Amino acid sequence: MRVVIVGAGEVGRTIAHNLEESHDVVVVDRDPDVVEELTYSRDVLALRGDGTELGTLEEADVERADLVIACTDDDEANVVVCGATKTVSDAFTIARVRRRTLLETWEGSQGAFGVDFMVCTDLLTARAIVRISDLPATQDVDTFVGGLVRMAEFEVCPESPVAGSTVSDADRYDSLTFAGVFRDDEMIVATGDTVLQAGDRIVVIGSTSSVADFARDVAAPASEEGNEVVVVGGGEVGYQTAREFEDHGYRPRLIERDHERAREVAEALPNTMVMESDATDAEFLIREHVDEADLVVAALDSDEKNLLVSLLAERIGVERTVAVIENREYADLFETVGVDVAVNPREETAEEIVRFTRADHTEKVAMLEHDRAEVIEFEVNGDGVLSGKPIVDAMRSLPDGVVIGAISRQGELITPRGETVVQPGDHVVVFVDSAVIDDVIEAI
Amino acid sequence: MRRRLHVDWRAGLSLVGTLLAFLSLAFVVPILIALVYGGEDLWVFVASMAITATFGLLLRELDPEPDPGAREAFLVVALTWLFAAVFGALPYILAGDGTVAHPVNAIFESMSGFTTTGATVMGDISFDTHSRAMLMWRQLSQWLGGMGIIVLAVAILSQMAVGGAELMRAETPGPGVSKLTPHIAETARVLWIAYVALTVIYILLLYGVYLLGYAPNMDLYNAIAHGFTTLPTGGFSPEARSIEAFSPLVQWLVIPFMFAAGVNFVLWWHVITGDVRTLLQDNEFRLYLGSVSVLTVVGVVVLFFSALETPQTGQVGGHIERSARYAAFQIASLTNSTGYANMDFDAWNGPGKGLLLFAMFIGGSTGSTGGGVKILRWLVILKSLRRELFTTIHPEAVRPVRMNGQVLDEEAVRGIYAFTLLYLVLFFAGVALFAADAARVGFDLHLLDVISASIATLGNIGPGLGTITGPMGGYVDFPTSSKLLMILYMWIGRLEIFPVLVLLTKAYWTD
Repeated sequence: MRVVIVGAGEVGRTIAHNLEESHDVVVVDRDPDVVEELTYSRDVLALRGDGTELGTLEEADVERADLVIACTDDDEANVVVCGATKTVSDAFTIARVRRRTLLETWEGSQGAFGVDFMVCTDLLTARAIVRISDLPATQDVDTFVGGLVRMAEFEVCPESPVAGSTVSDADRYDSLTFAGVFRDDEMIVATGDTVLQAGDRIVVIGSTSSVADFARDVAAPASEEGNEVVVVGGGEVGYQTAREFEDHGYRPRLIERDHERAREVAEALPNTMVMESDATDAEFLIREHVDEADLVVAALDSDEKNLLVSLLAERIGVERTVAVIENREYADLFETVGVDVAVNPREETAEEIVRFTRADHTEKVAMLEHDRAEVIEFEVNGDGVLSGKPIVDAMRSLPDGVVIGAISRQGELITPRGETVVQPGDHVVVFVDSAVIDDVIEAI
Repeated sequence: MRRRLHVDWRAGLSLVGTLLAFLSLAFVVPILIALVYGGEDLWVFVASMAITATFGLLLRELDPEPDPGAREAFLVVALTWLFAAVFGALPYILAGDGTVAHPVNAIFESMSGFTTTGATVMGDISFDTHSRAMLMWRQLSQWLGGMGIIVLAVAILSQMAVGGAELMRAETPGPGVSKLTPHIAETARVLWIAYVALTVIYILLLYGVYLLGYAPNMDLYNAIAHGFTTLPTGGFSPEARSIEAFSPLVQWLVIPFMFAAGVNFVLWWHVITGDVRTLLQDNEFRLYLGSVSVLTVVGVVVLFFSALETPQTGQVGGHIERSARYAAFQIASLTNSTGYANMDFDAWNGPGKGLLLFAMFIGGSTGSTGGGVKILRWLVILKSLRRELFTTIHPEAVRPVRMNGQVLDEEAVRGIYAFTLLYLVLFFAGVALFAADAARVGFDLHLLDVISASIATLGNIGPGLGTITGPMGGYVDFPTSSKLLMILYMWIGRLEIFPVLVLLTKAYWTD
């Protein structure tokens, strides 16, 4: 495969390093020193030039490229690179952005800006923080079809009203589909007769509001203990992290020093308590009982500040601290001095892009429970097995272990029932047992 | 040195003239009524129409191509309402019947009509003293004033399209106009369609009850007359004893429509287009519904355990249907400033009157036809007070005030505090002034009458709680100076104080 990477920052280099052995890699950067250095240190073709200019892209021969990755530090430049590429080439384009609003626009109409896949750095970092924070009651949440459809995994606690009832009894929610149940090491595809037991982890797919209703009524809301989260720094990463925690049912606190920014974050995050203060003020931290927090995330704009805040938090008695670091050389150092985990946004981004280049190009994939099942989104085309038939009939030609979770037709959510007819152009969100995933993708 | 005026008053007055000429068309309705009922007072309305139209067209000549800006909007709105009240008083003066023949009384009655207050200085409300056309004009003035003269003009007159939003902002109850559509005229039309639709449904229901024989005196004339004053939260009735004159079924029917009049008409538009969810999820509507429900329940309990009994109503205490009907009706009527009465609530006991006085301070919703402080303002004040308590414990916390999930600008919160404080200051000033003025002429007034007079005119409610200002009384015995002040209070109350008071500042005219 011929890959063109625009922007040889840390992300670009990491990707190049990962791909150079098995692919033909061309790297484009504006800095002549970087180009010179890459030429000799890496097994890639390095070109000097501005990737937003068509001339440079033609020089890099994007017409013959299979994949173009735009990963400069500038969001707009990355989007323009993808758009320019599409005018001369059919290559698959990947853009890296920082701002989540761009990602949301793109998710709302796939293929916008000529971008085939978009990676939001700060969002990935935020997700990584939430994932590794490993707090109790953390559920897996993912959105599809530009935020129209939501997938969530909940654990059924003994007090839950659905514990002991069957799926058909529990299914009282509009536009919500019960997809699967994980019980110990077993994966069960949900049918009307499946009995839900305490300790099961159930996967539901549906509209954002119905999933939220379900979470409130049925799943254990994040319990009062063990969920005190404090995010330090209201920059983009801090904001996204607080937002992710909100999405997982927490009510985090966020400390930001700047008056204007604190207000902005407070306006954007209704379930976060924003405090305007300096996080290195120990007296303030004690007064607000930050020392009793279960998790402190240091997401300030410099690694040194994050180190300081993390150490201070450890010192006043916080159980667990996560720090964001930009410079990967610091990672080990941080962990040595006692910061529990360090997250590197660039590394997260590079990993995501590399992971993506290896996967096939289904529109969106979410893996559940260490890849025992997947939730995939795809657009229905005319010759697939689903097209033009009621779901009941279509399911007969599919292997067991498949549940149609949601259908989106021209931006409207349709709850799939047996008699629903799927039409070409619909976006379908499907829950699939990993054992049969290849057959299913083949059939649709 | 004379400083230059920075207000284009010619353009403003010219626009007022246009609006006045437009308003003169409203006299067609009483003219038709007069024709139906044998021509009584016909000449009065023809003459009023001619005078109003002529004066309006003359004013218009001041500036052939008016281009009023944001600053002139205050002048236009304030003067349009003042002139509407003055010219709307012409029929009372020209007909020369009863107490309202006196010019100050006539303007009081007219201002009370257009501002949907419902306070009356008519000594004798009956067809013996006044013609049917005259009493219908009194009703109609409230209907025109309810959704707003200017909103109506923006909806219909194309020349109002550009500056219309500025004018509507100054006129519409509550902070800010929500544009439903890019064209302001379209928004104004939507509001009027919702208003007309509810009015028509209401009139048909009232008349239907009459045709079915459950309301012997709710004939077509009365159905239309009350249709004109319920949805604008007006309160005038051609019956001297207000809604008490009608059957219990009619009284029950009026309650939901009075309640509906206090809801933002934008929400009714959503309901008409099939979207009930927006209504049910609206923060302001929920608080309105909640407070009316709670007050009603308390009212029912208070009446049920009281010894209330009047010659017209019979025994109320201990009678569950009557307690419920009278409590629900009066709470719905006084909370959003309608001012109908289905009994003489001056006879209620102390706790009952206290409850009604409390209700009078609440007001309707933003974008409704109701007066008062408005639910939205109380809601913002409650929320920001709660935040104040929170930040006392957590001084570093940053907490925006949210309304329907949207963040409210701190400037807007400050504006709401300023309005509410000014409202209360004016209320207390009114209490002091009315009391002093009554003492000056030796007019014996109870404190409750003074308090009622102030809140009932400023809040555009109408009847008060005392023996004189009460629902079966009237404001006719107040000294003329007090009546002039009440006219001012009704005027500034309807326009939410600022558009009128700003005209009294030097900065408005010169800086």
